[in-house]
Amino acid sequence: MTLHVTSPQFKDNAHRALQDEQLQKAMGNVRQGFIDKRAVVAAKLPEFEALRDSARDIKNHALAHLDLYLEQYESKVTAAGGHVHWARTAEEARGAILDICRRVGARTVTKGKSMISEEIELNTALEAAGIRPVETDLGEYIIQLRGEIPSHIIAPAVHLNATQVESDFRRVHTHLDPARDLSQPVQLLTEARGVLRDRFLAADVGITGANFLIAETGTSVIVTNEGNGDLTQTMPKVHIVIASLEKIVPTLEDVSQILRVLARSATGQEMSVYTTFSTGPRRPQDVDGPEEYHVVILDNGRSSMLGTAFQDMLRCIRCGACMNHCPVYHAVGGHAYGWVYPGPMGAVLSPSLIGVDKAGHLPNASTFCGRCESVCPVRIPLPKLMRHWRDREFERHLQPATLRTGIGSWGFFARRPRLYRLATSVAMRGLALLGRNKGRFTSLPLAGGWTDYRDFPAPQGATFQDQWKSRKAEGRR
Amino acid sequence: MPLTARPQRPRVGLFVTCLVDLMRPSVGFAAVKLLEDAGCVVEVPRQTCCGQPAFNSGDRDTARALAEQAIAAFSSFDYVVAPSGSCAGQIKAHYPELFAGDPNIARKADALAAKTYELVSFLVDVMGVTEVEARFDGTVTYHDSCSGLRELNVKRQPRQLLATVKGLTLTEMKENEVCCGFGGTFAVKYGEISNSIVEKKTEAISASGAHTVLAGDLGCLMNMAGKLSREGKPIAVRHVAEVLAGMTDEPPIGAPDQRER
Repeated sequence: MTLHVTSPQFKDNAHRALQDEQLQKAMGNVRQGFIDKRAVVAAKLPEFEALRDSARDIKNHALAHLDLYLEQYESKVTAAGGHVHWARTAEEARGAILDICRRVGARTVTKGKSMISEEIELNTALEAAGIRPVETDLGEYIIQLRGEIPSHIIAPAVHLNATQVESDFRRVHTHLDPARDLSQPVQLLTEARGVLRDRFLAADVGITGANFLIAETGTSVIVTNEGNGDLTQTMPKVHIVIASLEKIVPTLEDVSQILRVLARSATGQEMSVYTTFSTGPRRPQDVDGPEEYHVVILDNGRSSMLGTAFQDMLRCIRCGACMNHCPVYHAVGGHAYGWVYPGPMGAVLSPSLIGVDKAGHLPNASTFCGRCESVCPVRIPLPKLMRHWRDREFERHLQPATLRTGIGSWGFFARRPRLYRLATSVAMRGLALLGRNKGRFTSLPLAGGWTDYRDFPAPQGATFQDQWKSRKAEGRR
Repeated sequence: MPLTARPQRPRVGLFVTCLVDLMRPSVGFAAVKLLEDAGCVVEVPRQTCCGQPAFNSGDRDTARALAEQAIAAFSSFDYVVAPSGSCAGQIKAHYPELFAGDPNIARKADALAAKTYELVSFLVDVMGVTEVEARFDGTVTYHDSCSGLRELNVKRQPRQLLATVKGLTLTEMKENEVCCGFGGTFAVKYGEISNSIVEKKTEAISASGAHTVLAGDLGCLMNMAGKLSREGKPIAVRHVAEVLAGMTDEPPIGAPDQRER
């Protein structure tokens, strides 16, 4: 099974996205929805900025002692009657999950929303093994029907509108009355709930992700808004948690602090509707819960980020605030990024996980406006980390030759101030003469990326340094 | 630095920025006027570029070479001031990072960073300027350029001074803190995406009803001016320094020169 990565075709993807009117309309909702809600709820909490510092510090501490906390976590899970499976690669993670599913004879698997499941392409693996995966998060359910991947890490179907969802439901839910009314979003929701209710009852295994793994107690935590996660993990006889290793947090107290910035940053809620803590399988006195509890902990390249500049990225708590505030994400949507993680966090993380040779466009496709960093609840310096990827691409000659030549020849002059002044003095006077009548150029050689879309203002004429020098000489200043 | 700790007539090195130097010298002269009116002695040492394009393209060697050149040219001044949040941000926020592993230069880079400012925030926060002697008739809107806003906290200072320009009304556009899509080489490397971003910006500018849009960074201004003129929208584009200095004789950015000569 190979991952279908289209990140190398980022420019083509972006071009298609920009022509897609429906997508552009949907992205307008992202621009308006998430941003204002986050701003309101952050402003209402006087200690919000201090909590961001605290969240950053907690994650930094956990990463600095990752080995200790992971071992502590494993021993607590084991003590509670659960099992921890370590997976170095996506393949090992899929293998561990398939082994459990096969052993219990699973035919239907319900799933809570999990980006790690997307990263390891779990659904494809389950289907290949004759097991039916059923996504139970509404957004994930919709994109599963469409055979798509999420376009946003917390709002997987944000690129769609209700009409598209209606036609998917009519196409797939053929057992229902074709004449039913699905014109209201709530009708779509009700229909999905009805269909999913049967799946919850039929499921042999439930798979969820984890927002946090708590070392102190061996607990996995999910935050959701639909209640599907709880049904996924409590109804089947087996619950499997799939999480990457940086989800570890030392204590319950630490989690309660980070939770205060998570939902606020993500959806602008003070808390998500459900925050669910799971520790081990059902105990004799419990009224419900799974008979087996497994945690698959995935590395998949993350441990190699430790001790490098990219360690900061492992603080990420997957709130999506960076993409919600990103002008490039707003312009092209999540699918253009070409792999599982879109937006600024994807632009930093994807090159680490799939290689900068494949994901090289992503850290370059940023204006460095810095809005992502300004809202990140764990203060990841996203622009700085994107720049680090650009450094590595430059070292390895991975960027387009034109950029390299351009920067190189400009650098040649800029490092020689006298020559620079001479050259720019002549060039600007020339350009100014050419552009004087219109004040702008509608096309310029080598700058098509600019002039295809906008005019290039003409320079005024003599450079500032030339004029300054002659004024000084004339004693005017 | 507190107001009391600064020299009475500080020597300011004007980091004019390569864009102003080459494209729009009138912004440089407006900056000189504003600084002199505020009581500074302004000098312009020989200079080229702060190195940001190289830094943001991953070419650290060129970025360091240009930074060392700027450090040598500007170290002797009390302050270094640039009519750009982007270039001032490069010196203030990124020079220290560039030399973090090189103790000898790091000291000089840190010292330069500490005394470098964006023009308008320098006037207000350091020189204590509260008003300007200028007149500009009409309604303007102000775009908060990203580096100035997020690296240097330039937000209230230009508005505070614009409020004292006679005849001027400021009307805020929607999403004034959202990037215009310039992003240096981004505008050329990813022209199509950059275009989609600047289209939203020009929409916000026209919806504001202002006849002039101002900002503190020439890169953003050229991007917005280029898009407005391509769209045929008759909205003038100027650097905020030109208006604050009352030096608006030159045609707006990207507009034809219709003066007699």
